[in-house]
Amino acid sequence: MAQKKKASQPSSKTLPKAATGIQGLDEITLGGLPRGRPTLISGGAGSGKTLFGLEFLVRGATQYNEPGVFMSFEESIPDLTKNAASLGFDLARLAADKKLFLDHVLITRSEISESGEYDLDGLFIRIADAVERVGARRVVLDTIESLFSELPNPGILRAEIRRLFGWLKEKGLTTVITAERDRPDRLTRHGIEEFVSDCVIVLDHRIREEISTRRLRVVKYRGSTHGTNEYPFLIDEQGISVLPISSLGLDHAAPAERISSGIARLDGMLGGKGFYRGSSILISGTSGTGKTSVAAHFVDAACRRGERCLFFAFEESPRQIVRNMRSVGIDLQPWVRKGLLLFQAARPTYGGIEEHLLVTHKRISSFQPSVVVVDPVTNLIMVSTANEVRSMLTRLVDFLKTQGITSIFTSLTAGGGPLEASEVDVSSLMDTWLVLVSIEVGGERNRALYVLKSRGMEHSNQIREFLLTDDGLRLLDVYLGPQGVLTGSARLSQEEREKTADMSRRQELESHRRELERERRTFEARMDTLRAEHEAEEERIQQTISESESLGKELLQARGQMVRSRKADSSPYKKEGGAKTANKH
Amino acid sequence: MAGQTPKSIRAFANLKVLCEEHLKGRYRIEVIDLMENPQLARGDQIVAVPTLIRKLPQPVRKIIGDLSDSVQVLVGLDVRKED
Repeated sequence: MAQKKKASQPSSKTLPKAATGIQGLDEITLGGLPRGRPTLISGGAGSGKTLFGLEFLVRGATQYNEPGVFMSFEESIPDLTKNAASLGFDLARLAADKKLFLDHVLITRSEISESGEYDLDGLFIRIADAVERVGARRVVLDTIESLFSELPNPGILRAEIRRLFGWLKEKGLTTVITAERDRPDRLTRHGIEEFVSDCVIVLDHRIREEISTRRLRVVKYRGSTHGTNEYPFLIDEQGISVLPISSLGLDHAAPAERISSGIARLDGMLGGKGFYRGSSILISGTSGTGKTSVAAHFVDAACRRGERCLFFAFEESPRQIVRNMRSVGIDLQPWVRKGLLLFQAARPTYGGIEEHLLVTHKRISSFQPSVVVVDPVTNLIMVSTANEVRSMLTRLVDFLKTQGITSIFTSLTAGGGPLEASEVDVSSLMDTWLVLVSIEVGGERNRALYVLKSRGMEHSNQIREFLLTDDGLRLLDVYLGPQGVLTGSARLSQEEREKTADMSRRQELESHRRELERERRTFEARMDTLRAEHEAEEERIQQTISESESLGKELLQARGQMVRSRKADSSPYKKEGGAKTANKH
Repeated sequence: MAGQTPKSIRAFANLKVLCEEHLKGRYRIEVIDLMENPQLARGDQIVAVPTLIRKLPQPVRKIIGDLSDSVQVLVGLDVRKED
């Protein structure tokens, strides 16, 4: 039945929501906060509750044409204006444009005494008046629990707060109520969460090893599905950004398009066509093996195709990278100038792991690249544990794949360890893994690389020597000696040897041919002689044959005559006949 | 006050009695209805209703409630009982 179907559909369709405009939050909540209802934002001191409320109102007013009222129970209006300015919000202007109304409720305990019954109609009137003045659809109460410390009667307060929320709901105002969380075992100090049961969001601000991390969690959202994880967020000059991705989404597409690595022979090693678009590529190797160069080739090739690349540099400065790459014949500066290549450099220690992830996420969203390079990823371990880095990378790779962005991660292998070990074992996240090695043989170190794995394609398993020349990275021909691949001077001498061997082989071949020629001629000469002899012989015998034939004929004739002459008594052929016959000779 | 409610009527009545008793001839009562002038609530920082504000002498004192507890009111207003 049609009605039954509606009930089982995702709740975002039946529960109206007010979009916050806060990056990432609307994704987590599948549309925003519950419209016309109160949402509780709970968090410790400095966790960002006030800024959350401010951004909710400012964006509501500027992006969704919903004016708002900010009732501040703690901060003065000048302080609020200053704080909001750090997020790029101009409260004074919004107030002047009648998009926002700010009211500071200041209660001084010392000047108040209580006598008899009262209610909070004064507050109601102030809010109602403010709402009316700007035509507000959104209200923020920050933080209403302050009333509890200023007014003497908690019983009246609780009753009045309940009445207030009811009134706000009645007016259809989407409200954000902030509350300070002083202890981890409860949401608010005075238990107002019992009145706000539609939606509860908790903000957390932790300092770990001198790095601060901020997290947000939707604890409750009645009538709607929502992401339940802790999502990292940051606050910067553009406001709050929440990272909406979790590591559970594996439903990204698998494009079949192949793109060049920028190094022709490397494409050859990768099934002849190069990398899959949207795949994740790991380039690992010890220090100085040329990882950045390989990445730079790929970037160069991509920019040539007109695609945008975002390069996260965690070790070297962008200028250093450009200079270094120029020495191997890759000029990245023109791409930077054209806006196709954007460098994002930062020392890993400048922020926590989530902050890095967030900044990465933000830049990617705003720049919309088709290629992302992280060089090197192993540096991030400095600010976190291996587990956290791995978790962060999982989310990042997931995000990149859903966007169809091809990504390259370089990873530093500790020298002396096994070639395929990495401090941060992220190899299982990667579709393709190139290992760069330094082969030490006979007193020299030569560079080589091989494709350890590449999902979804045939690839070479050959260890290939390469050179970093003025013209870029060049993969050399493979030389196999009895001990395996030869590199460096061993290769050169093997090349020489083979050339010599080849030459002598050729020469031998020549001489054999000549001999054969001689043989043939000799043979033919003999053939001629034999033929001549044979012909002569033939003629002689032929002669003999014809002679004997004619002799035979004569004899036959002579006999015939003789026979006739002897019978000649009855025939006219007598002596004369015989004589005639004899004369006929 | 915020409109004519039982509390505000009581408060006004109680106040009148107290003033007559203790401050005869030395007081002035101004009744402000916030329903008509809501911005005054902001100006005087009124949250609870009814609120009695003693503006003079300084410092400003506020008493919230219907003023049924007269002792509290006197203490709050810092009025000495006239003996």
